[in-house]
Amino acid sequence: MQVTSSVRQPLVTGGKTYHDVTHDVSRQVEGKPSMLWFLAFLTAAGVLALGSIALIATLWEGIGMWGLNKTVGWAWDITNFVWWVGIGHAGTLISAVLLLFRQKWRTSINRAAEAMTIFAVICAAMFPVIHMGRPWLGAYWALPLPNTFGSLWVNFNSPLLWDVFAISTYFSVSLVFWYIGLIPDFATIRDRATGLRKTIYGALSFGWDGAAKTWMRYESVSLILAGLATPLVLSVHTIVSFDFATSVIPGWHTTIFPPYFVAGAIFSGFAMVLTLMIVTRKVYKLEDYITIGHIELMNIVIIITGSIVGIAYITEFFIAWYSGVEAEQYAFINRATGPYWWAYWSMMTCNVISPQLFWIKKIRTSIVATFILSIVVNIGMWFERFVIIVTSLHRDYLPSSWAMFYPTWADVGVYLFTFGLFFTLFFLFAKFFPVINMAEVKAVLKSSSEKVKK
Amino acid sequence: MERDTHFILGVYEDEDVLLHAVEKVRSNGVKIHEVYTPYPIHGLEVVLGYKRSRLPIAAFLFGMLGTTLAMTMQFYMMSFDWPMIIGGKDYAAFPAFIPVGFEMTVLLAAFGMVGVFMISSNLKPWAQPRIFDIRSTDDKHIMAIDIANNSAMDLEKIKEILKSSGATEINNKSFE
Repeated sequence: MQVTSSVRQPLVTGGKTYHDVTHDVSRQVEGKPSMLWFLAFLTAAGVLALGSIALIATLWEGIGMWGLNKTVGWAWDITNFVWWVGIGHAGTLISAVLLLFRQKWRTSINRAAEAMTIFAVICAAMFPVIHMGRPWLGAYWALPLPNTFGSLWVNFNSPLLWDVFAISTYFSVSLVFWYIGLIPDFATIRDRATGLRKTIYGALSFGWDGAAKTWMRYESVSLILAGLATPLVLSVHTIVSFDFATSVIPGWHTTIFPPYFVAGAIFSGFAMVLTLMIVTRKVYKLEDYITIGHIELMNIVIIITGSIVGIAYITEFFIAWYSGVEAEQYAFINRATGPYWWAYWSMMTCNVISPQLFWIKKIRTSIVATFILSIVVNIGMWFERFVIIVTSLHRDYLPSSWAMFYPTWADVGVYLFTFGLFFTLFFLFAKFFPVINMAEVKAVLKSSSEKVKK
Repeated sequence: MERDTHFILGVYEDEDVLLHAVEKVRSNGVKIHEVYTPYPIHGLEVVLGYKRSRLPIAAFLFGMLGTTLAMTMQFYMMSFDWPMIIGGKDYAAFPAFIPVGFEMTVLLAAFGMVGVFMISSNLKPWAQPRIFDIRSTDDKHIMAIDIANNSAMDLEKIKEILKSSGATEINNKSFE
């Protein structure tokens, strides 16, 4: 029923049959984990344990443990928050936006990308919660709960509160979208299993039987969820950018922030998807499903979003000059030539120059080059947030209070903690959940595989 | 529940053969109980004659509920219960209430629709599905025909129709 142009690259190579798809993906869940997995998992858990020392110290002593001062009141915490949220955006982009655009290549990567989204958002949400200082009271500050002060409600005029709603909606809708997609695949594993595994995956599969009527509803739900998730993902980073854009700090108070933050989010998210998928496909021998073609397409998204980000940097500079506002002009000159020049130029090199290498086909189809550049991009995107946040704050309107920000061990440790958490969760996902959406890959197999099944 | 139910199963390997088979079986007057497939097949619901899902309507209604709740909550708290001037804005700062309004619309639409989907398709962790053929979550399409619903038809005739429509196997299935 599906017609695909013969000039299109096959999405699944190696003459896979439907049963091969089931087997290749399920065996990762069913088999004993490899030494490599244990090593990777233990490393991640080790980083988590190490980072938790810093987290506990921060919670015990308060956020005075961090390198913040009177002038720079926001630094690594919000940088890491924006960075992690941004990474999360690629998962939704792949699963929702590419679904709406009927891009079939999404099917092999959407499961892992969505998992990455969920774990990245968990890591992101930790930072504002920790920054509350006393997070066990935080529900009263973040949610409109009745209290004994009146009730004195939370401030719905504040972008920080919009963030609470945006991030929690984003997290829960992504989780539901991801889980709906997992149900048919859990049923596949259930039907291959015996004993305890059958019971566990039976419960996880919610009694899925693959009836045509259920599939019809499933398709309907997927489409509507994609339609809801698309404006949602754009709204999330837009609202994150409002945290800055609605303020009156030179360097933050710009209308370009929402689109520029969203493009940057997709840029860093695709880079993280590439980092994770290049390793996953190798370790799990999934090269026939996540092909060079997939990597090339993701690299093209990186060129596009990287170029948008580059244009945004230049536009910001132009507008600062064109506005004629002295403070605004100084903020930008200070970024490029002030004491944080090295952060600015790291950002420029990593985000604007390095992705342009992907114009060369040899580089964008090379696994090694893609892997290295994907990490470079994420380093660059971390610096972007650091530059925006710290350089705009450290020299404010009052030269007598100009200061520098120096991270303490607790700053580094809490950041490490989220790294440990992210990778621990991702490795657990990769072991116990099917990393590729089997049902969706099967659905495109007939029209898009190298050798269609007779 | 259906102790004496007895099913004939047609096993198909190819989605396009299955689509034509469903048309053929139905045009021969055989009532199909349900078709079980390992992945969604576009057009299957059409040839089976299923009505379009009304889940989008549920999503819309839940979304409306979300908007209403969010707006009511914000106007009540910010404009009536404890009005305050913040950032020079009006007590009823409508533009500032749009982001939360949007997020709650999406939240309720998504959760409401998925909840209705779960209930209508009987998806729950403790559900015990009736599996006609274990390969229907792997690589085979299973067409189940309930004999009780086709009492006017001869069994052999049904099997013949299935065979000629491209079924690679024809099995019998009963549930305890």
